[in-house]
Amino acid sequence: MADKKATRESYGAALAALGEKYDFLVLDADLAAATKTGMFKKKFPERFFDCGIAEGNMMSVAAGIATTGKVVFASSFAMFAAGRAFEQVRNSIGYPHLNVKIGATHAGITVGEDGATHQCNEDIALMRTIPGMTIINPADATEAYAAVEAAINFVGPVYMRFGRFAVPDISAEMPDYKFELGRGVQYFEGKDVTIVATGYMVHLALEAREMLKAEGIDAGVINIHTIKPLDTEILVKAAKTSGAIVTAEEHNVIGGLGAAVCEALAESCPVPVVRVGVEDQYGRSGKVPELLEIYGLTAKNIAEKAKRAIALKK
Amino acid sequence: MDKSKVTELRRIANNVRRGIIEGVYNAACGHPGGSLSIADIITYLYFEEMNVDPKNPKMDSRDRFVLSKGHTAPALYAVLAERGFIPKEDIKTLRKTDSYLQGHPDMKGTPGVDMSTGSLGLGISAACGMALSAKAFGNAYRVYTILGDGESEEGQVWEAAMFAAHYKLDNLCAVLDWNGLQIDGPVTEVMNPTPHDEKFRAFGWHVISIDAHDFEAIEAAFAEAKSVKGKPTVIIAKSVKGKGVSYMENSCEWHGQAPKEDLYKVAVADLDKIEESIG
Repeated sequence: MADKKATRESYGAALAALGEKYDFLVLDADLAAATKTGMFKKKFPERFFDCGIAEGNMMSVAAGIATTGKVVFASSFAMFAAGRAFEQVRNSIGYPHLNVKIGATHAGITVGEDGATHQCNEDIALMRTIPGMTIINPADATEAYAAVEAAINFVGPVYMRFGRFAVPDISAEMPDYKFELGRGVQYFEGKDVTIVATGYMVHLALEAREMLKAEGIDAGVINIHTIKPLDTEILVKAAKTSGAIVTAEEHNVIGGLGAAVCEALAESCPVPVVRVGVEDQYGRSGKVPELLEIYGLTAKNIAEKAKRAIALKK
Repeated sequence: MDKSKVTELRRIANNVRRGIIEGVYNAACGHPGGSLSIADIITYLYFEEMNVDPKNPKMDSRDRFVLSKGHTAPALYAVLAERGFIPKEDIKTLRKTDSYLQGHPDMKGTPGVDMSTGSLGLGISAACGMALSAKAFGNAYRVYTILGDGESEEGQVWEAAMFAAHYKLDNLCAVLDWNGLQIDGPVTEVMNPTPHDEKFRAFGWHVISIDAHDFEAIEAAFAEAKSVKGKPTVIIAKSVKGKGVSYMENSCEWHGQAPKEDLYKVAVADLDKIEESIG
């Protein structure tokens, strides 16, 4: 079993390590201990600026910094980065296409005990509607680290989504792991169905593949870490190979990866798509494993929905 | 400031007012009232105060300007045209489909525009970011921003005010255009944000109050702002909304509409008269 680590931990570690190599600034809104930007703050106090609990101001400040030609990270929980500050992200950062990197942690249900007000299942949907916004939702710690460096080297606004809960570091065990912005990662091809997963759900997609295999079903698995721009090519290929898709995300089934996949395939290679995700509901307090069960964010549910997708084939 | 300098600035500001009227008249929409109220301040900024180069609008060392009250873009475009950043004839393309002169400032397409604005409250924060960047990377440029008085009802203005004082952004100077009117009526009746001076002082700013149409006072205020160390400065500039166009002065009605031909002619005649009086 791969080592477990939260992607937010990797975010903080990446900022602290890459701060040696790149001359960027980091902003936070009184959550440095939780978003892990505190690791950067400790090492580079003169390049870290706490904005206090004022996320709207922070996003526009980040935009102002970016106009001066500097790379800047702005961090908060996904709820406040994408939700509270949506309009600042859209108008101050998105519209002028400024080089701001938004590090949004505590995304999705795996926030756990804090409950619905802090469990953001809408951020991917919100960010997808902003023209020119790049969205990265890394699956594990290795991918999260690579995503941070890719974001630094990419010119333009980037929204990075990180989780609070530890997740197996699958990428660390892949011999030639390489992060390519905008390119999906094909773990397995499958002739019956392909599971397209993002973020926390990727390791569960691999478990679902094993469950399906035991039933004689050949399921492919693709990790979509970059939700926008979407790797349509890899999706069309999977649709052609397997003829059915199941998507899996720790996000509302409305507006997120599942929606993006449906939109892309409907226009280029229509096949049945069944979406696994939060079914248009708010979260609630609880232990993460219990919440994952309640909201159907499990390997078992992915496997079941994969079978439904197969049944929908003509 | 000697008399000839005042005369020269008044003449330029009058041309900026002509540009504002040309722009909104040709667009048949836009925001003349609040554009006219800032015409003198923005003229002083671009012709006297700021280190800018129309031939090199992205010069690294330039002073930055953010029009936080972005709806008064006609004033910004008019002064950019007067200063040589953009061709004067382009003013007539304001708000047209094929023009780069958007209804609210677009930094991507307009030489001399340092930040896209329009959504109120966001510009002052961006100006804070520019000022913070200058401090963090040891750059000497200064940052200027003009806020609306109605805009100060936005909570983000006060988030930014807190931020600027906290990080001692003495390279930031905000101007609050205190014309007293917003779309729905007098600012103090719609949602009273006063007293601005006491509020900004309480947030840790240096506050200067002036007449927005007195160039000697404007010059003194910006000089004072530059000399203040350890805190940002706000200049509360008491202005006349619609200043210079008789029927627009102190009228909410001209916040967001353009004159038709008959009233356009009256506006031009008013500005002709002012030019004659300047001598």
